[in-house]
Amino acid sequence: MRQNKIHITAPFSSETVQKLRAGDQVLITGTILTARDAAHKRLIESLEKGENLPLNLEQAVIYYTGPSPARPGLPVGSAGPTTSGRMDKYTPTLIEKCKISGMIGKGYRSEEVIESIKKFTVPYLVTLGGAGALIAKSIKKYTVLAYDDLGAEAIAAMEVEDFPAIVAIDVLGNNFYEQGQAPYKEI
Amino acid sequence: MREIQAKTITEAVKNLCIKACYNLPHDTYEALHSLKETEKSESAKHILNDLIENADIAYQGEVPICQDTGVAVLFVEIGQDVHVAGNLEEALHEGVRQGYVQGYLRKSVVAEPLFDRINTKDNTPAFIHYSIVQGDKIKIRVAPKGAGSENKSIVRMLVPAEGIEGVKNVILEAVKKAGPNSCPPMVVGVGLGGTMEVCAINAKKACMRDINTENPDKRYAELEKELLTLVNKTGIGAQGFGGTSTAIRVHIEWSPTHIASLPVAVNINCHAARHAEIIL
Repeated sequence: MRQNKIHITAPFSSETVQKLRAGDQVLITGTILTARDAAHKRLIESLEKGENLPLNLEQAVIYYTGPSPARPGLPVGSAGPTTSGRMDKYTPTLIEKCKISGMIGKGYRSEEVIESIKKFTVPYLVTLGGAGALIAKSIKKYTVLAYDDLGAEAIAAMEVEDFPAIVAIDVLGNNFYEQGQAPYKEI
Repeated sequence: MREIQAKTITEAVKNLCIKACYNLPHDTYEALHSLKETEKSESAKHILNDLIENADIAYQGEVPICQDTGVAVLFVEIGQDVHVAGNLEEALHEGVRQGYVQGYLRKSVVAEPLFDRINTKDNTPAFIHYSIVQGDKIKIRVAPKGAGSENKSIVRMLVPAEGIEGVKNVILEAVKKAGPNSCPPMVVGVGLGGTMEVCAINAKKACMRDINTENPDKRYAELEKELLTLVNKTGIGAQGFGGTSTAIRVHIEWSPTHIASLPVAVNINCHAARHAEIIL
């Protein structure tokens, strides 16, 4: 993991996605969209039925999270990442059909998702699992955009400033989990 | 016979839910500091610092350590000389309801697992394990459990011939599959013996045990240490980014078992290893 932190904006530009490399630490400023299990399921079901989606996901950076409720006066409660692998079944469609520009979560991805990451140049970033209080400091605004009935699983726009993340799988397919673990793997 | 009011139990459970979700247990907090001393990766030391900072922010700002404030798992030990005035079971669920609603905790329970999956909106029902013990007190331990780690649990019905090596392999398999998803450094709870369900409950108890405890049987205490060393050789490290701090502890709880059985269960807890307890 490289210790210098790169400032980037979201949605990600094509220049940004090309330059990011596995192991880069980044600080993200801009807008990211929250979506996790139930929202992914609904989006994909709508696409399969040929329905219009409730929002345009083109260029969106998707953050897999379901925040805890906000105290009065704060935008969100705790808001760390959830396990990305549960979205793997839906992700290739979201990349290919909805043309998202990035993903943020935690944990490993399937081979199929990694192929989509490379083919459509959509990097996968991760942030600190179980550090939702720390991460929430960088979230300035939280606005529900769709699926309000899903509560914490609704799709929301998050305005973020210096949101901390690490590039886990870059658009060349380099995998930071593999690179990071290799020197310490004895068994 | 001593009497305890149901509303006293509700109030206690409410406070335990909030406390467990906001305050990293002191023993876990100290253990994260200790890991920084032994960790070989500089990057992992930074990660451990971030986790400690997160715990500080949560404590000071009264915000949950993690947004996944889990399902509420309760271990309730009831002294046989206690009488509860009112409905004990409902008092426990009501405490969870009040804690999760009033404490700004996330509601993560769906009413039914397969078809509708509708959120109950108050995080009930709690999952309660009762036991009857000697005395006139009630001990309640609340352990909020998130799904990132819970989903990586394993139960295997080994046969006795597979022995210690078989047990080690199951534990390593669970840890490797859990990887970053369980938010390491993790606490690995191992249940041995009993029947399938007893073994699973042993694993849950093991991963909720206080960090600075060891199995009272010296052979198992030694095995806990040996397994910790093994787990930390997987290279997974804090957050799965590589290093020597994959686990904080490996805990084992065991029960007698059938002559033909060697049940093994692994239940993993994240770095926060949330739990809070009260004796009424």
